[in-house]
Amino acid sequence: MSKGRFGIHGGQYIPETLMNAVIELEEAYNFYKNDEQFNKELTALFNDYAGRPSRLYFAKKMTENLGGAKIYLKREDLNHTGAHKINNVLGQVLLAKKMGKTRVIAETGAGQHGVATATAAALMGMECEVFMGEEDTVRQALNVYKMRLLGAKVHPVTSGTRTLKDAVSETMREWTRRIDDTHYVLGSVMGPHPFPTIVRDFQSVISKEIKAQLLEAEGKLPDAVLACVGGGSNAIGAFYHFIDEPSVELIGCEAAGRGVDTAETAATLATGKPGIFHGMKSYFCQDEYGQIAPVYSISAGLDYPGVGPEHAALYDSGRAKYVAVTDDEAVDAFEYLSKTEGIIPAIESAHAIAHAMKIAPEMANDKIIVVNISGRGDKDCAAIARYRGEDISE
Amino acid sequence: MKISDAFKNKKAFIAFITCGDPDIETTEKLIEAMAGSGVDLIELGIPFSDPTAEGPVIQGANLRALSGGVTTDKIFDMVQRVRGKVNIPIVFMTYANVVFSYGTERFCKKAQESGINGLILPDIPFEEKGEFWEGCKKYGLEFISLIAPTSHDRIKMIAKEAEGFVYCVSSLGVTGVRSEITADVDGMVEAVRSVTDVPVAVGFGISSPKQAAAMAEKSDGVIIGSAIVKIIEKYGRDAVPHVKEFAESIRYALKTL
Repeated sequence: MSKGRFGIHGGQYIPETLMNAVIELEEAYNFYKNDEQFNKELTALFNDYAGRPSRLYFAKKMTENLGGAKIYLKREDLNHTGAHKINNVLGQVLLAKKMGKTRVIAETGAGQHGVATATAAALMGMECEVFMGEEDTVRQALNVYKMRLLGAKVHPVTSGTRTLKDAVSETMREWTRRIDDTHYVLGSVMGPHPFPTIVRDFQSVISKEIKAQLLEAEGKLPDAVLACVGGGSNAIGAFYHFIDEPSVELIGCEAAGRGVDTAETAATLATGKPGIFHGMKSYFCQDEYGQIAPVYSISAGLDYPGVGPEHAALYDSGRAKYVAVTDDEAVDAFEYLSKTEGIIPAIESAHAIAHAMKIAPEMANDKIIVVNISGRGDKDCAAIARYRGEDISE
Repeated sequence: MKISDAFKNKKAFIAFITCGDPDIETTEKLIEAMAGSGVDLIELGIPFSDPTAEGPVIQGANLRALSGGVTTDKIFDMVQRVRGKVNIPIVFMTYANVVFSYGTERFCKKAQESGINGLILPDIPFEEKGEFWEGCKKYGLEFISLIAPTSHDRIKMIAKEAEGFVYCVSSLGVTGVRSEITADVDGMVEAVRSVTDVPVAVGFGISSPKQAAAMAEKSDGVIIGSAIVKIIEKYGRDAVPHVKEFAESIRYALKTL
């Protein structure tokens, strides 16, 4: 009876108050996803507004420097608003508008999803409120300003650990308070059905483009696709059109924080166990009594104790592999890509770069790795400088 | 003892507290005091780190309880101790992950052994109740269903399979004290009664004897949580006489109905 399963994961574990809202959303999505006019409008927004298709860039210097597999970078950082988040947001806000909603609410961690939502709301004339953990409003003050500039109201969340998970909880609470005119623009492939499917579909444009672009450049499929995983939306977007191509290795890079053997980690698949939270069955970092663990990563966007249900299923089946990358490794990779290719990646994306740096030298030079650069790193510069002991003002 | 006992020949007064707030000894005393003050059914919250259906008051209780070191096992032990002294039905109210991570069957078995009569999981809607309902059934617990102001045509579907009582969520949003209850409670109760004899109790937002009487008039009973938790927040370990006094005022308001 329950819907939206990926293996044993997924489902709709939400209060009764929200059930008709997600049912209404599912019905609307099932209608519009095949609607010619909707798809035409969405493609126009992707191309003319967000700047799609994003480039697939051959990282020649990085490839030569590492001395192994050829490395391609999928440049989601070049999208309008600076990250992959805009793909999902344009889709969801357009859908909400078609559904007659006039107000959108969203959670945000690093602020990228909040900025993207505020952007799409400004563009499409919707009221917008964003919930952001108080700690993250400090870590990502620039993004808070951007959201306000775009006309959104930003609510610092002071409950729990004051980070992404609390922002999600608070946005869910807000949705139960006001449903009729409001759509919850969930930012990742998580939450109750149909969100993991809707968000994945809107993000799957990433792998669709990678496939076509690489076939044109190299005449073949990649040997491995790497992406960072918090909730997992950029990763599922980068993986999706390769899931049925068994020759393509899919590697998700989780945030190990200070290490998977410490309490200060956000590597859900490495350290978590199955659970039910935020509307879904999946893996979660939790204690023996099911209390959700406070997680930690230098990256506000990966600082989440769960993972999307489709990743949980890909992990269970072994179709995708998940590795953990520490703060130190990610910061090294952040600096490495900046110096080597002149591309400052988001600290989230730097987790995937870090793993590429580990495996590329081990691979033959006729092999191809694609790394998804999910966002740009401007937002992280001050924090990374602080990490290196340098205090700069923004 | 069955949940339906709470509704026999009277409007039921259902009281909620969070176990371990501020400590498990106080919870035990509160259960005894409430049972002696005319409370007909006690809803015991097992705290969860991230209670997404709760407002600030019960969120605070969850935090206080967890930072005081209470665990699911300590709660089972406490219930077992208090069970010998209290003869009204008691149900657990918690979140799906607390039960799931404990092992649903193992949880239900322990709950039964401790003398628990039912289970309420606010993040389990009708569509997902299967695995929890099965565990409950096997160990003689009744699985309580919730209906909300947004449920509309879902009410009959939910009520048809309801057991114990139907928990009528009388407001949008999360738990917490409200000055006004605006949902069409009459319509919701009527929809339930058209398909089942299982009693309907109204909760979310009820805090005063006057509100309790008004809601009980429309239904078979009322559920009061945040208003009691607020008293516990204020008085801590000394809350027992204050909660008792409040419970008696509610009982009195329901007496004439």
